[in-house]
Amino acid sequence: MASAFEYAPAPESRSVVDIAPSYGLFIDGEFTEAADGKVFKTVSPSSEEVLSEVARAGAADVDRAVKAARKAFEKWSALPGSERAKYLFRIARIIQERSRELAVLETLDNGKPIKETRDADLPLVAAHFFYYAGWADKLDHAGYGANPRPLGVAGQVIPWNFPLLMLAWKIAPALATGNTVVLKPAETTPLSALFFADICRQAGLPKGVVNILTGYGDAGEALVTHPDVNKVAFTGSTAVGKAIARSVAGTDKKVTLELGGKGANIVFDDAPIDQAVEGIVTGIFFNQGQVCCAGSRLLVQESVQDEVLDALKRRLSTLRLGDPLDKNTDIGAINSAEQLARITALVETGEAEGAERWSAPCELPSSGYWFAPTLFTNVTQAHTVARDEIFGPVLSVLSFRTPDEAVAKANNSQYGLSAGIWTEKGSRILAVAGKLRAGVVWANTFNKFDPTSPFGGYKESGYGREGGRHGLEAYLDV
Amino acid sequence: MSDQNRLGVFKTYKLYVGGKFPRSESGRVYEVTDSKGQWLANAPQSSRKDARDAVVAARKAFGGWSGATAYNRGQVLYRVAEMLEGRKDQFVREVAASEGLSKSKAAAAVDAAIDRWVWYAGWTDKIGQISGGANPVAGPYLNLSTPEPTGVVAVLAPQESSLLGLVSVIAPVIATGNTAVVIASADAPLPALSLGEVLATSDVPGGVVNILSGATAELAAPLAAHQDVNAIDLTGADTALAKELEIAAADNLKRVLRPGPVDADGAADSADWSASPGTHRLTAFLETKTVWHPTGALGASGSSY
Repeated sequence: MASAFEYAPAPESRSVVDIAPSYGLFIDGEFTEAADGKVFKTVSPSSEEVLSEVARAGAADVDRAVKAARKAFEKWSALPGSERAKYLFRIARIIQERSRELAVLETLDNGKPIKETRDADLPLVAAHFFYYAGWADKLDHAGYGANPRPLGVAGQVIPWNFPLLMLAWKIAPALATGNTVVLKPAETTPLSALFFADICRQAGLPKGVVNILTGYGDAGEALVTHPDVNKVAFTGSTAVGKAIARSVAGTDKKVTLELGGKGANIVFDDAPIDQAVEGIVTGIFFNQGQVCCAGSRLLVQESVQDEVLDALKRRLSTLRLGDPLDKNTDIGAINSAEQLARITALVETGEAEGAERWSAPCELPSSGYWFAPTLFTNVTQAHTVARDEIFGPVLSVLSFRTPDEAVAKANNSQYGLSAGIWTEKGSRILAVAGKLRAGVVWANTFNKFDPTSPFGGYKESGYGREGGRHGLEAYLDV
Repeated sequence: MSDQNRLGVFKTYKLYVGGKFPRSESGRVYEVTDSKGQWLANAPQSSRKDARDAVVAARKAFGGWSGATAYNRGQVLYRVAEMLEGRKDQFVREVAASEGLSKSKAAAAVDAAIDRWVWYAGWTDKIGQISGGANPVAGPYLNLSTPEPTGVVAVLAPQESSLLGLVSVIAPVIATGNTAVVIASADAPLPALSLGEVLATSDVPGGVVNILSGATAELAAPLAAHQDVNAIDLTGADTALAKELEIAAADNLKRVLRPGPVDADGAADSADWSASPGTHRLTAFLETKTVWHPTGALGASGSSY
């Protein structure tokens, strides 16, 4: 769509962040090389520029980090909760102070727009530490009995879509409850976790309480299968989640799994269409659709389908794709070449199976990994694009006639993480929300998160909850 | 009339599936003996097909049972206690024979089992209040977390405590709205099969609880691998079987309740069933659903009080 006024570039300065040419693993309070000296490069997905070289952890490093965490556990778990709380409050404050730096760093390493790291990721990261800090000296009141005990060493593996936020979801409740952690960030987004290690140092956190191992899936596997790890927390794909569930069988490791999704976003004919369209856009195009709870299946009532689709396409044509550091950018880069290839392959499958593809008209930058906001119409429930998680900016549109049909279609999935409902009728919201088999249901809104609010899935979207009072259970001996 | 001249009437023990009392489709039975090896009865030896049929029955019953009000479910559970109380003598005989207990110890176990139904009956409309709630999110939203049943639960009943242990693992599963496929103690299945008769006359809808007798490992394997089973309670499995079943359960990410501490001979069944159960068996088979809704604003009217 031609516009009378073009946007002037509004780049956020990257001078606020100082990225070193190389980083080590963070074990027992020190940065250290990998035992076998291996390293890998992390690139900026929007430009393919090499940002830094980081150590690649192997099994020996995992063992060293688990030993450090085990040693630190004794003192950390014995600290009065009020003292642990103060460390977490310190961390929350330092994150707030350094949030601009961290937002720019995250945008560089992940490819997501600065608008999102600045306004969503970082405020939520600080909020999670603030929230769980307050629990550390109130665990007797959490509803898990008097004097609940920590489990020990937590092995935590997180994905690349919200690197620092996922770190906060994992580390804040673990430390509040008195556990020590070994965390492995994803290989494509290692930097913010290493900056977090520096924040731990600034906060004076005792050595070994938090250990960060950058590396690939082999390091993650060595971590979750390590015999001296007491608690496994994983966010990522359902396939890996199942492998982890098998690997802990017969042990007494406690496990929480936050896995894939294929969220249904249900629009009824009495929904406020403009708000619903905004919600659909937030639901699937937030973070380039690289969100496990994304509303990737749009279920729209037949009588308003054309109206919704017209408005949606009009809206998508106004989204600005490009430099993630530009404050006007809505759609950033896909996180990696591999992920872009996966999205592309699934979209090609969608076309081959007969679904009708529409992509927003936008010019893709010549370097970096990019995918235009895309939607599929003429989709049936049997289509791959309606069943498989795409984890990219791709929306499948299906229609329905009755609320029962909407519920049946929404629940027709191996996943059960999230769902959305758009209608002005309160009784319909409650009736439909009650029947949806999903851990999070957003009514007349979408993709809202808060540290006080438990998050997690039904069915093959995994088990356990993160966030809120419920999130404590995963780290306590209850 | 003297009992000496009267020939007793034996009972044909049958499975309890979908509210009916079928024999095993396989036509098999196995000998059940008392603790001294004396023959007590021939119990049905269920097959894999019986286990799958039971899952179908449990799935069919799930919608109605999970959709019933908590108040209604509480009354139904209490009704089970009423029925059990009325047939106490029968259960004391069966438990004494099965477990080799004195009459007074068996009576104590049956009393405890009845009391346990009553205890769980009272939980149906309270668990949502203690494990759910409103979350004070930082924004203009109403945000509520509510526990919901996870679905069809396969339950491996304890091998040693034939009634009290059995009741202690069934009641929490159904109190929260799940439906159950229960594998009774392999050596002591008779109290479980008789419990089916109690459930059938207790307003518990058919299919909510399904009881199978037979070889635990043979029946548990297809249940752990079944794609339409949502959770599995491994209490009645020994260490090796529990591991094998947990691996199979990972295929559709079933919720798994691992067996408790094992005793010297590796049986994961040393639990003290007379102890206060706590809520972990209730919460093990619950999902938490969190619903968000915008709250809107009414403008500048906040100063009116």
